[in-house]
Amino acid sequence: MSHTEVIAKAGEAPVVHHMDTKTAYDSAKLGIWLFLATELLLFGVLFTAFAIFRWMYLEEFTYGAEKLNWKFGTLNTVILIFSSFTAALAVDAAQHSQNKKVYKYFFISIICAFMFLVVKYIEYYAKFDHGYFPFNIGYFASAVFVCLSFAIGAAYFGASKFCGYSRVKISIVSIVSAIVLGFIALKIFYVEGAHDVVFNTQEFNEQYKIFFGLYYCMTWLHALHVIIGLGLLTWVVLLAKKNRFSDKYYTPVEVSALYWHLVDLIWIYLFPLLYLVG
Amino acid sequence: MSENIKENEKVEAVEPKNYLNHETGIWSWLTTVDHKRIGLMYLFTITIFFFIGGMAALLMRAELANAGPDFFSPDTYNTLFTLHGSIMIFLFIVPGIPATMGNFLLPLMIGAKDVAFPRLNLLSYYIYLIGALMALIALIKPFGPEFMQTMLSSLGLTGPVDTGWTFYAPYSIESGTAVVWMTGAAFVLGFSSILTGLNFIVTIHKLRAPGMTWGRLPVFVWASYSTAVIQTLATPVVGITLVLLIIERVMGIGIFDPSMGGDPVLYEHFFWFYSHPVVYIMVLPAFGVIGEIIPVFSRKPIFGYKAICYASVSIAAFSFIVWAHHMFVSGISDVAAIVFSILTFSVAIPTAVKVFNWVATMYKGSITFETPMLYALGFIFLFMIAGTTGIYLATLAVDVFYHDTYFVVAHFHYTIQGGAVIGLMAALHFWFPKMTGKMYNEFIGKIAWFFVFVGFNLTFLPQFVLGMQGMPRRYFDYPIEFEALHMASSIGAVVNAFGYTFALLNLLYYFFFSKVKAPRNPYESLSLEWQTQSPPIHENFEEIPIVTDGVYSYGKKIKGDH
Repeated sequence: MSHTEVIAKAGEAPVVHHMDTKTAYDSAKLGIWLFLATELLLFGVLFTAFAIFRWMYLEEFTYGAEKLNWKFGTLNTVILIFSSFTAALAVDAAQHSQNKKVYKYFFISIICAFMFLVVKYIEYYAKFDHGYFPFNIGYFASAVFVCLSFAIGAAYFGASKFCGYSRVKISIVSIVSAIVLGFIALKIFYVEGAHDVVFNTQEFNEQYKIFFGLYYCMTWLHALHVIIGLGLLTWVVLLAKKNRFSDKYYTPVEVSALYWHLVDLIWIYLFPLLYLVG
Repeated sequence: MSENIKENEKVEAVEPKNYLNHETGIWSWLTTVDHKRIGLMYLFTITIFFFIGGMAALLMRAELANAGPDFFSPDTYNTLFTLHGSIMIFLFIVPGIPATMGNFLLPLMIGAKDVAFPRLNLLSYYIYLIGALMALIALIKPFGPEFMQTMLSSLGLTGPVDTGWTFYAPYSIESGTAVVWMTGAAFVLGFSSILTGLNFIVTIHKLRAPGMTWGRLPVFVWASYSTAVIQTLATPVVGITLVLLIIERVMGIGIFDPSMGGDPVLYEHFFWFYSHPVVYIMVLPAFGVIGEIIPVFSRKPIFGYKAICYASVSIAAFSFIVWAHHMFVSGISDVAAIVFSILTFSVAIPTAVKVFNWVATMYKGSITFETPMLYALGFIFLFMIAGTTGIYLATLAVDVFYHDTYFVVAHFHYTIQGGAVIGLMAALHFWFPKMTGKMYNEFIGKIAWFFVFVGFNLTFLPQFVLGMQGMPRRYFDYPIEFEALHMASSIGAVVNAFGYTFALLNLLYYFFFSKVKAPRNPYESLSLEWQTQSPPIHENFEEIPIVTDGVYSYGKKIKGDH
């Protein structure tokens, strides 16, 4: 993990100058668990705010929650739990040096992540159509594509050393594709003459008091985590394709899977809170 | 640096390779993953921001020296104190000791070759730089031709922030200034802080040298560990809070805006949930520094080693449950206020334990008064004042009066400047030979200390009195009765600034131009970082040391016990 690193052989842990491979594995594990703790605190604030405002504006929150479509929520829950399951299988495969299976399972997880985002878009679009979305849906689609370009670009960048990609090319491609895809998405999904003013009118506020504000903050932040997780999984898939992992070295698989489980876990709390409790 | 080896006869023909010269060129610095170099880069950057923030403070003091408007408009004054607060807190003192001295010393002290994630360490430095850049961009006022002005305003760059560093809602939602950029900067800087903290925790857990048990760790490591825990666990909270504030400003989701049913007090809760622990991020490492310096210059083992270590950890724990003492007058319930008041009082216990232990360490020691020791003693004196005035503010009834007066200003400057900054100065002088391989001028160092110490007290002692007389903080102007004390405070600020400049010039000059090489261990300290050469080699140690004894066994033969 430093500039003295030699290009590692397939299946061998990278040689680092400051610690042995066992310590490196333990450190990575402790590091990711600490990071997950910070993530929990990050979402913890939103959960706290949700609890407080639900207590303050119970009626409005109930009314708001009814406007959400629980079918979409359930579908997404199933998708994420399934993807978490395949992620766990991938870790097991990596521990048995089965790179092809790692590749296969994480690929399924990636497809699930994309499906999740599509379902979320459809859901948001319905809200936007009713004027419950705080800005034009085109901006959202555009932002997603920009983030996706960077996340996948980062995945290729991270795998470049082992897979032999040119880092300069990757950087240029991901920046250009972020701009181009973001622009195209904006053109396609932008709704001309749309009414994005219903959100936050006097009337809207009286009915929904903050419910939708929190709903969007929580689900946007979660969607961002899905996209970052997607990048992580892509990175592992790229490495697995080159037979990077073995029973001696599977840290990236395990770390990414742990992150993915957290993304799943947070959704498992978001879903009942937002869709069912009301 | 030029090679001036010939002049020093004692030194071998070729200067030995160390972390400063084993690679050269600016690129080798910018891409380094060496914790020592990253520490120095942090040090360089935060020093620049220290002077920018200090300049803002001096401008404020210039304005306040006399009653009535002198140099600035009230609006400019508002942006000045916001600038001073934000830069000093987010850009200078939060990374202040942990990211500089912590980065440099932690692996050395525990006998490791580097931190656990060296590349993450470099990344956190660059994240810090991005945040710093955003904070500077936030200062831009729309300028130039009209199209440029509209472009800048549409980017949210509508002039320097005037909300104060706390960004309290609802004003931060309404303010027509670049709040989005400044809070965005604080959010990004928070990331840097989290990554540093995470790195340190893992390093201390996993990379200790053989024999370096938890019971033998230097107190600085314990303090850094406690700091890292706070950094990792408290920072995400303020991060997301500031993001909510940005979303609130941009889209009006109504969480903090009372006109839409939001709750501004909730913002204060979230904000102080981080921003109270953050003062311990600033001052805990300084405690650690003092704990290192005092035994060395008293030639005695530190008194109550375990008590000091546990005090660090318990201060970290307490720091999470006292935040609402910033909000006694914000309309929280009486029960909550009483509970938080009691909890706040109890922070005094571990803090006082530390002070007692330092004093007891000095008792009957062979004390010498080198510059680091002077700073350490100054720290104890100033921090005592800070702590005892904190008791006033924790007292509910008294706080109602003192809230938002200069008393609070003086109190937290005694903690932050008298604690954290003086602690950083002590650390800089103490570890200067180790970091640079040179010695600073002891005499100039002492003179500079004198100016810092006297200037600091002259600045802030009058502010206690002003606060007691009812002078509110953040005010641009005041009645003529307050003028004498304000004048004294302003003079003190100049003396203080002079002291810091003098001290830093001393260090910088002897870093670049001194020909005298520092010995390996000029203070005959026993802790690990002094056992390697000065400056350390790239890999820190020739071979990983095996620790057989505690690091404070001064004045006794090594017995193999702690």
